[in-house]
Amino acid sequence: MAVTAVQPRAFPGHRAPSRRSALFGGLCLCCLPTLGRAAESFAMEEVGPGIFMRKGLIADATPENADAIANIGFIIGKNGVLVTESGGSLADGAWLRGEIVKRTQKPITHVVLTHVHPDHAFGAGAFLQDKPVFIGHAKLTEALSARGEFYRKRLIDLLGEEQTGPVVYPTMTVADTAEVDLGDRRLTFTAHGPAHTTSDLSMIDSGSGLLFPADLLFVTRIPSLDGSLRGWLKETERLKAMGASRAVPGHGPVSVDLAPALADLTGYLTALRDGTRAAIAKDVPIEKAVDSVARDQRDKWALFDTYNGRNVTVAYQELEWE
Amino acid sequence: MTFRIGQTLSSLALGLALATTALTPAVWAAGASDTDQERAARWQEIAKSIFGDRQIAPTDSLVKIDAPVRALDAALVPITLTMPNDGQIKAVSLIIDDNPAPYAAKFEFGPAADPTELKLRVRVNNYTDMHAVVETQDGKLYEAKQFVKASGGCSAPMGMSDEEAMKGMGDMRMKFAETGPGKPVEATLMVRHPNFSGMQMNQVSRDYTPARYIDKLTVSAGDQTVFTLTGDISIASNPVINFAFKPDGKPIQVAASDNQGGRWQHSFNPPAPTN
Repeated sequence: MAVTAVQPRAFPGHRAPSRRSALFGGLCLCCLPTLGRAAESFAMEEVGPGIFMRKGLIADATPENADAIANIGFIIGKNGVLVTESGGSLADGAWLRGEIVKRTQKPITHVVLTHVHPDHAFGAGAFLQDKPVFIGHAKLTEALSARGEFYRKRLIDLLGEEQTGPVVYPTMTVADTAEVDLGDRRLTFTAHGPAHTTSDLSMIDSGSGLLFPADLLFVTRIPSLDGSLRGWLKETERLKAMGASRAVPGHGPVSVDLAPALADLTGYLTALRDGTRAAIAKDVPIEKAVDSVARDQRDKWALFDTYNGRNVTVAYQELEWE
Repeated sequence: MTFRIGQTLSSLALGLALATTALTPAVWAAGASDTDQERAARWQEIAKSIFGDRQIAPTDSLVKIDAPVRALDAALVPITLTMPNDGQIKAVSLIIDDNPAPYAAKFEFGPAADPTELKLRVRVNNYTDMHAVVETQDGKLYEAKQFVKASGGCSAPMGMSDEEAMKGMGDMRMKFAETGPGKPVEATLMVRHPNFSGMQMNQVSRDYTPARYIDKLTVSAGDQTVFTLTGDISIASNPVINFAFKPDGKPIQVAASDNQGGRWQHSFNPPAPTN
């Protein structure tokens, strides 16, 4: 693979008319300022030797933030660069790529697609030019087949087509575990059972001992359930047993002590499970359960009001058939 | 679709659930900015196609719809229909005006029914008016209306393969609420069925999964009908229906069929009334 120095560049999509530019008489107020703001307000933090992470916004995707809401970053190894998470849009991924080429001329050899959600998957398009190995869970391909275009359309409505980018599929899939050697460090991948989603992939870096659980670990931001509640609780046990003491969560601070962060996550998931089970047992209907379950967790999580009711809805459907 | 440029960005941000949940991001709200007149005209058209030239009078006593103003999950919007239990309600229809197949469900009540409260879960594809139309025993029609904000509920992928979604198809459960002697019994019927809308992408073939939905479901208490449901793709997957019936000590029979020839029958024993 050729080592190429790529100049940081303006994102090509800035000339495409967006909804906003249409609103403002054709002046493109969206793209360049967005990227400018992203570059100013986002800093990469070195959380381990050669490991650089960007903290995602604790917010939902908006035209202004280009869906830069997940923790994304990269690991510089001896032989190349591995992208731990690609970003929430082509624009977000392009920004991350710019941060990489500022720091190293090594080739970008691997891009990890940690699961199907758009805030983690849509940055991948910015790395197609590097022809990296795209690593994903064995179930990611079918999950992206089912949902990729659905997400893309909705992201396009928000950000415009040029900033959104294509759906990128994994070229290396992990059904159980797999290893990638960057020359001076090995990354070990684990494919998890249905938990946050049905395509969650975690990674441990031998160079730093850091665990990258992606969205199996939420900190600060309320966890969102889109796989299996009981499965997620089971997978937290597996994360605990991996031997890491520090982790890089999918949302929240870019580096945390694993044990207390997992305890908080488990606290929420357990409250959700027990509260939903109790509601079902007492014949509390779903439309009432969404307002009553896990309320004691409200002060502990950002965006609780936006997501808790939806989590209850998902949990209720899973648990009512127990 | 009728997306309008004038929709405010803040409402986009509010409705957006792309972030990490995902099944049903309510971002693009087709029809969100339609005027009341446009909605009323659409309803006139739909009502005519279903009920012909029959008059439909507004009501706030013969039927009421309760639905979340903004759906948390567009693929599962809980609906409660409230009606008087004095024998005058013959049938109730639920119409989701802006869904691809607006006529979501029709319940025809039998002698064992208590229509006081009926709950079901539906898919909502766009910002839409929802109408409940009741037919009384004297053949008159009355309507109630509620506006619901949701989007993408019919096309939202299920998050599992079709095969997994069809696992256990036709399984049923029924839960009965405790009740006193001589009182109507509240029951919850759960049916395992994907209720494929025909708008969901197959995960392997990347083609649309053909619509496969419960089209007929009859619940009887002994020999007497509680209700017959005629359903369509707007009913959420794994349908759950809450209803009430007048018990006579005999088992509750449920017979369901889908549009692809699937047929299932189950029998449940209601609890004996406790004194």
